Amino acid sequence: MSMEKIIVRELNLWYGEKQALEDVNMQIRENRVTALIGPSGCGKSTFIRCLNRMNDRIEGVRITGKVEIDGKNIYDKDVDVVALRKRIGMLFQKPNPFPMSIYDNVAYGPRIHGTGDKKKLREIVEDGIRGAALWDEVSDRLETNALDLSGGQQQRLCIARTLAVKPEIILFDEPCSALDPIATGKIEELIHDLKREYTIVIVTHNMQQAARVSDYTGYFLLGEMIEFGKTKKLFENPHKKETEDYITGRFG
Amino acid sequence: MIGKKQFNAEAIAKRTLFLFAITGALILFLIVVFIFKEGLPIFNQINPVDFMLGGEWSPSKDVYGALPFIAATILITAGALMIAVPLGISCSVFLAEIAPKWARELVRPAIELLAGIPSIVYGLFALVVIVNTIEVSFDVPTGESILAGSLILAIMILPIIISISQDSIEAVPRAYKEGSYAMGATDTQTITRIVIPTATPGIVAGIILGMGRAIGETMAVVLVLGNVEKIPTNLLDQGEALTSVILLEMGEAAVGSPHYNALFALSMILFMIVFSLSSISNHIIAKRGLRPG
Repeated sequence: MSMEKIIVRELNLWYGEKQALEDVNMQIRENRVTALIGPSGCGKSTFIRCLNRMNDRIEGVRITGKVEIDGKNIYDKDVDVVALRKRIGMLFQKPNPFPMSIYDNVAYGPRIHGTGDKKKLREIVEDGIRGAALWDEVSDRLETNALDLSGGQQQRLCIARTLAVKPEIILFDEPCSALDPIATGKIEELIHDLKREYTIVIVTHNMQQAARVSDYTGYFLLGEMIEFGKTKKLFENPHKKETEDYITGRFG
Repeated sequence: MIGKKQFNAEAIAKRTLFLFAITGALILFLIVVFIFKEGLPIFNQINPVDFMLGGEWSPSKDVYGALPFIAATILITAGALMIAVPLGISCSVFLAEIAPKWARELVRPAIELLAGIPSIVYGLFALVVIVNTIEVSFDVPTGESILAGSLILAIMILPIIISISQDSIEAVPRAYKEGSYAMGATDTQTITRIVIPTATPGIVAGIILGMGRAIGETMAVVLVLGNVEKIPTNLLDQGEALTSVILLEMGEAAVGSPHYNALFALSMILFMIVFSLSSISNHIIAKRGLRPG
C-alpha cells in the first residue's frame, strides 16, 4: 500500500460567478497513476490545474479548500509557487515544445533553476530524453528545431523537458488528445514506466486510456467528483448510476 | 436565368474591386517613375558617388554634395532609435505581459492617439520644450540640434515600435508561456527566455518601420535641426536633414534646373532607403505570419 502524496479537501473553484468545482475531495497515492475522466466541461482539467496552481494565472478565479502535498497545503500564503511548480511537472493537451533546439528545450528547466555546468547539463538532458524514451530517435540531431519533430515526438520531448527538472509529481492534461493511436500507445507505455519514480495524475476523455494506464480513477460530472476508486472496480462495478451511465456509453 | 444574372453581378463586382486594388500599385509605380524622371538628369553633370559623398551643397555655384544631409538624417535616426528602441520594447513588454487590465486600457489608446498627432504639432512641441531645455541645460546659444531632432523623432516613432512589438508579444502562444511556468520559471525568466525571443521578428519589424518613419519625417525635424548645411560632428551641432532640404529649397528651384533635379535626386535616396526598409520588414512579418499595426 502506497502513501498518499496529494490530499484534496473540500476544493471549490469559481470562474467569476460560475462555480466550476464543488467540494472535491480526493486522495492521490504516491507512485500510482490516477486518472480523471468525465464529459467535456466537467471540471477535470480545471481540477488538475489546481494541483500546481496553474489556475492562479487566470483572471477572476477564486479557490477555497485545501490541496495538501506531503501534508502541506499548497494554497497557504507562505508557499513559493515557483518552487512548487518545480516539484510538479505538467504536460498539456497540445504538445508545446519551445521554438528552439531539442537540446535547449530539455535544458530549459535545469538552466532556469541554476545548472550552469555544461557537462552536468548535458547529462541531465540525456537522462531526460532517455527517460522519455526519445533518445534513440533524436540523439543524432539534438541541435535541430524541436518544432520539426512529429506530434508524438514533441509530446515525449515535453515529457523529457519535465523530467529534466526532476519533479515528484507529473500532471498530464489530456496528453494524447492531439496524437494518433501509435503515438498514444508510446505515451501510455511511458506513463506506465514513469510511475515507478513519479506520482502521476492524468486527465483523459478516453475511457479506454484511463482503464489501460491508471490504478485509480475519479469520475467528474458538472464540477463534482461523482465517484473515486480503484480503476478496475470503478469500471467493472461502479457504485453510482451516473458513473455507470458514462462508462457504458449511455451518456457523454 | 436568375443564376446567370447573379454570376454576372459577382463578376462585375470582382473586376471593379480588382481595378481599385491595382490602382494602389499603379500609383506607387507612377511615383517612382516621376521621381526618377526628375531626379536622374542631375547625374549627367555629376556622378552618383560624388553626389552622395560630396560635402558641399551650394546651388548658386552648381555644386551638389548630399553628404551633410545624409549624415544628419542618419544621425538623428540613429539617435532616435537608441532612445526609442529600449523604451519601446520595455513598454510593450509591460503592456503585453505585466500591466493590469486597467493600465493596458488606459495606455494603449493613448499610444494610438500619439501615433495620430500631426507631425507639425510634434515639431512645435519640440521647439518649445526640447529646444529650450537643451539651451538651458547645456548652456548653448541655440538648442536647435541633432539631439533635439533625435529626441522628437524618438517620441514620434515610439508608438509604432510599441504597438507592433506589443502585438507580436501578445501573439506568442499561451502554450509556450504555460510550458515555461509549469516548469517553475518565474515571470522574468519566462519573458526574457521565451516571450521576447519568440516575438523578436515582430519586434524587429516594428523597429524597422519606426526607422522608416524617422528617416522620412519632415515637418517636426525641419523646425528643430537649425538647418545648417554642414556635416554635424556632435550631438549639439545643427544640421539639415534630407527631407528638410527638399522642403526648404523646392520653392526657389526653377523647374527643370540642375538644382531642381538635385532635390529630386535627394528624394530618390529617401525613397530607396524607405522602400528597402519596408521590404525588409514585410519580409520578416510575412515569415512569421504576423500583421503589422
